[in-house]
Amino acid sequence: MIPGPFAYHRPRSLAEAVALCAAHPDDGRPLAGGHSLVPMMKLRLATPDHLIDLGAVAELKGVRREGNGWVIGATTTQAALITDPNLAQAIPILRETAQQIADPQVRSCGTIGGNVANGDPGNDMPALMMCLDATFRLAGANGTREVKARDFYQGAYVTALEPGELLTAITIPHPPAGHGYAYEKLKRKIGDYATAAAAVMLTLAGGRITTCAISLTNVAPTPLLAADAAAATIGQKPEEATFAEAAHRAEAITEPTPDGRGPADYRTKMAGVMVRRALARAVARASA
Amino acid sequence: MAKTAIALTVNGEAVEALVEPRTLLVHFLREQLNLTGTHIGCDTTHCGACTVDFDGRSVKSCTLFAVQAEGAEIRTIEGMAGADGTLHPLQEGFREMHGLQCGFCTPGMIMRAYRLLQENPRPTEDEIRTGMAGNLCRCTGYQNIVRAIQFAAAKIAGDSLQEAAE
Repeated sequence: MIPGPFAYHRPRSLAEAVALCAAHPDDGRPLAGGHSLVPMMKLRLATPDHLIDLGAVAELKGVRREGNGWVIGATTTQAALITDPNLAQAIPILRETAQQIADPQVRSCGTIGGNVANGDPGNDMPALMMCLDATFRLAGANGTREVKARDFYQGAYVTALEPGELLTAITIPHPPAGHGYAYEKLKRKIGDYATAAAAVMLTLAGGRITTCAISLTNVAPTPLLAADAAAATIGQKPEEATFAEAAHRAEAITEPTPDGRGPADYRTKMAGVMVRRALARAVARASA
Repeated sequence: MAKTAIALTVNGEAVEALVEPRTLLVHFLREQLNLTGTHIGCDTTHCGACTVDFDGRSVKSCTLFAVQAEGAEIRTIEGMAGADGTLHPLQEGFREMHGLQCGFCTPGMIMRAYRLLQENPRPTEDEIRTGMAGNLCRCTGYQNIVRAIQFAAAKIAGDSLQEAAE
């Protein structure tokens, strides 16, 4: 399958890339890893007239500490997230999640920016970004702005990105030392999207859960922040009854589509199971 | 459609070419450079038959445009054997351990295994299976592919081949 024709642009700087995207709000697409976009172009489901390749823009790559958080360039690959020693230490759930995306070849190309900006409900990073309370930096013709991951997703493939805007970086607050974390993903095989998945970040003190965030992947048109489920754990002992109540509340907010991964009620139940497992594993990893 | 000039290195040789931007890397390798060892399997980023080594990482060449390879160093299956025809230890391993039946997936398997062994010279069986997860084989059941990679790892490390075969 050969994609339709397009004009190819290879900007060398971020300013040039942003200007090109802004100049082609409706007929252009940025190309990062391309592992969502190129298959869509082969199927002619995406037919951009202008393709803006971000591969030569060094400013978009890499991970650095900034203030009280981390800045991850949009074209940082999933493979780079897995091998970055500082991130593995500070935010280990990023590695755990990236390792469950696709396969080694795809992870060597696929980028975190593409994964979060595409708005595909099957992608794993969007829910994780909600769980971590990440912020997306968006650059456009009128300058840059910041949008919280928790406010970014509006529907399947519909996000707060305006036509011509480019997601340039993701900022993540530095998680507290001793936090517990887990990303639990049920999938049929390597490379598959989640039947259901859950991300959990929490802290413990005095034998109780003191902070908790929970989010869900691929059980609704958008990733979901399970705020009620997380609230149910605060001040509670980290035990099965607490996990079950959180799972119950998480199930209540799902709206999965029946597909080859199973009927809707099954995927809802699996979301609950993933929440229970993720909570239990996060608790086991947290310092009390 | 206007063509774009690209310059890259393929199997150690400098290559300059004009390509239509929509030309996929695998089509460029096969049809413009006549390097037909890289196979097109599923054409949907799943099967890994088109895997090549690209700037020190394994990629599926059906899902990259040739223009993205500007400045890149690419190695394909044609670049694995020595100039005198001596097989690379991975090629030898696939032959010795019967790591192929129809052989269609083999170039992608070998190119992925090549990078895997660069990253992890002595992988466990589990690490091989995880590392090869992006390559599908419909014949072998994978058992002998794992053995072939173990054979190559041992040979590269200088272990006795008798040991590797066991």
